[in-house]
Amino acid sequence: MTRTEPPPRAYPPGQHPDLPPPMGSVGVLGWLRANLFSSISNTALTIFFAFLLVQFIVAAIDWLLLDAVVDADSRVGCRKIGDGACWAVIATRVEQFAYGFYPAAERWRPNLAFVLLFAALVPMLYDRTPYRRRLVLFSLAYPFIGGWLIYGGLGLEVVDTQAYGGFLLTLIVGVTGIFASLPIGILLALGRQSRLLAIRIICVSFIEFLRGVPLIALLFVASTMLNYFLPAGTSFNLLVRVLIMVSLFASAYVAEVVRGGIQAILRGQYEAADALGLSYWKTTLLITLPQALKVSIPGLVNCFISLYKDTTLVIVIGLLDPLGIGRAVLADAKWNGLSTEIYLFCALFFFISCFAMSRYSLWLEKRLSTDHR
Amino acid sequence: MLDASAAPIIDITGMHKWFGPFHVLKNINLTVAARERVVICGPSGSGKSTLIRCINHLEQHQRGTIVVDGTELTGDLKHIEQIRSEVGMVFQHFNLFPHLTVLENCTLAPIWVRKTPRDKAEALARQYLERVQISEQADKFPGQLSGGQQQRVAIARSLCMQPKIMLFDEPTSALDPEMIKEVLDVMIELAESGMTMLVVTHEMGFANRVADHVIFMDGGEIIEQNRPKEFFDNPQNERTKLFLSQILSN
Repeated sequence: MTRTEPPPRAYPPGQHPDLPPPMGSVGVLGWLRANLFSSISNTALTIFFAFLLVQFIVAAIDWLLLDAVVDADSRVGCRKIGDGACWAVIATRVEQFAYGFYPAAERWRPNLAFVLLFAALVPMLYDRTPYRRRLVLFSLAYPFIGGWLIYGGLGLEVVDTQAYGGFLLTLIVGVTGIFASLPIGILLALGRQSRLLAIRIICVSFIEFLRGVPLIALLFVASTMLNYFLPAGTSFNLLVRVLIMVSLFASAYVAEVVRGGIQAILRGQYEAADALGLSYWKTTLLITLPQALKVSIPGLVNCFISLYKDTTLVIVIGLLDPLGIGRAVLADAKWNGLSTEIYLFCALFFFISCFAMSRYSLWLEKRLSTDHR
Repeated sequence: MLDASAAPIIDITGMHKWFGPFHVLKNINLTVAARERVVICGPSGSGKSTLIRCINHLEQHQRGTIVVDGTELTGDLKHIEQIRSEVGMVFQHFNLFPHLTVLENCTLAPIWVRKTPRDKAEALARQYLERVQISEQADKFPGQLSGGQQQRVAIARSLCMQPKIMLFDEPTSALDPEMIKEVLDVMIELAESGMTMLVVTHEMGFANRVADHVIFMDGGEIIEQNRPKEFFDNPQNERTKLFLSQILSN
């Protein structure tokens, strides 16, 4: 066998410059070629699905927008004008979807509470907010301010919780559940890892019990059975009972997610903290939780999104969340049969909220990333 | 030990430790005077890391006494935290806090344990980062540094507590060969400044250059201890000879 001579060097050893990549392997063209048109069968599939997608989008736009009717007083009225979606049902009932039966004259209060909610969230969620330290105090006070605005008392007319419904109710249950379950869940996760047997047993039983029972069952307990356990004659607001149950239920899941984060921390971290003389609580607050919560973000947001959507279950104990309002509207003879429009509208509301949470968590993960992989 | 004149800063008498049924440390007797540099070597599993980890109570001994700077190590949490703030430790895998910058790694313990005001702690940290020649990386995260740089930060982090004693647990074992020197140079400088040091290492050149004593451990016992010159030139015990011939041949 003859050995082939290697081709002559174009550059002396150690002097080879960085050359540009081959044509068509980078950029938009490179991406298209690699992902959509890499072979004959892939090209055929790409064209086929592009065709289906266009058909679907055109039909959807027709039904949702072009043929849709916004201004009509009944389903029959809609059909006279066009055969697309009958958004009139939403337009005439939008206030009910938003507030339930909250009195019209007092609706500025939940509106204000809603605006203040964002003012309270910004300093908590965005670490570069100017004057963050002072604004966080407002965030901490918000549950009381918001509760006072919506419920009333101290100069405001009391609006009984039975009147709350629609998206207002979803937001009350969802936001309270999320912000109450996080600290409770963190404490449960720490308790489950505790060296003290009694604390560990209490936390494990609590978590396992709450995770082992469906939320619907807990809501039924909240609406009926709790009365048996409470002293006779005490009336305990149904909404408050629901808030407590939802928060505890979510906290069990949060606890397990946070525990996963805590267990991902290497033992060397604790040894370094010990060797520097940091106490248990200082290690927990400065070393353990910042790292554990960071890796738990995807799981936590998963919990929160699931909790937020689970708030629709309050319908089974007679609270009127958006789906409950939707059912009431469907029962109205004028709008009978428009379930697609109503449920799409509700779905859009939930999708926007959940998608926002999801995007925020992605942003936060990037923001907190220090490992530069 | 050999310097009877100086007061011991570490005094270990008749110390035993078990991991479950496994007897890892057997009748350890060791005194270290202030400003003394002790290198501990021996085959893996000989208990050398466990021994220095007992000194700041990362491991708990079960029999015998350990007295560090006049305070006896018992289960008492107050004593343990007291001793830990006086004893710095450098680990094989650095164990820097990945969510904090280099500077924050260094100021954390001074601020939260020593209650040093933040600006003073930062000035101190910058001074020590300068000393380990890494001050230009102060605002980076540990994940952005090489192994050798991380280990130098870990040394600075310990020094920021201004400890009386520094423990090194195989500080260069996890490093690429080209980074070992930069860490050893920092350790040599520290040794020459008069720090009391206990170093578990296989770097015999370092032992030869800076150690006052070299200790050889095997099977959980201190087999031999001597001044480096005698230790390397004229080892007494057969196992020491075997170990030295193996470690020096490569």
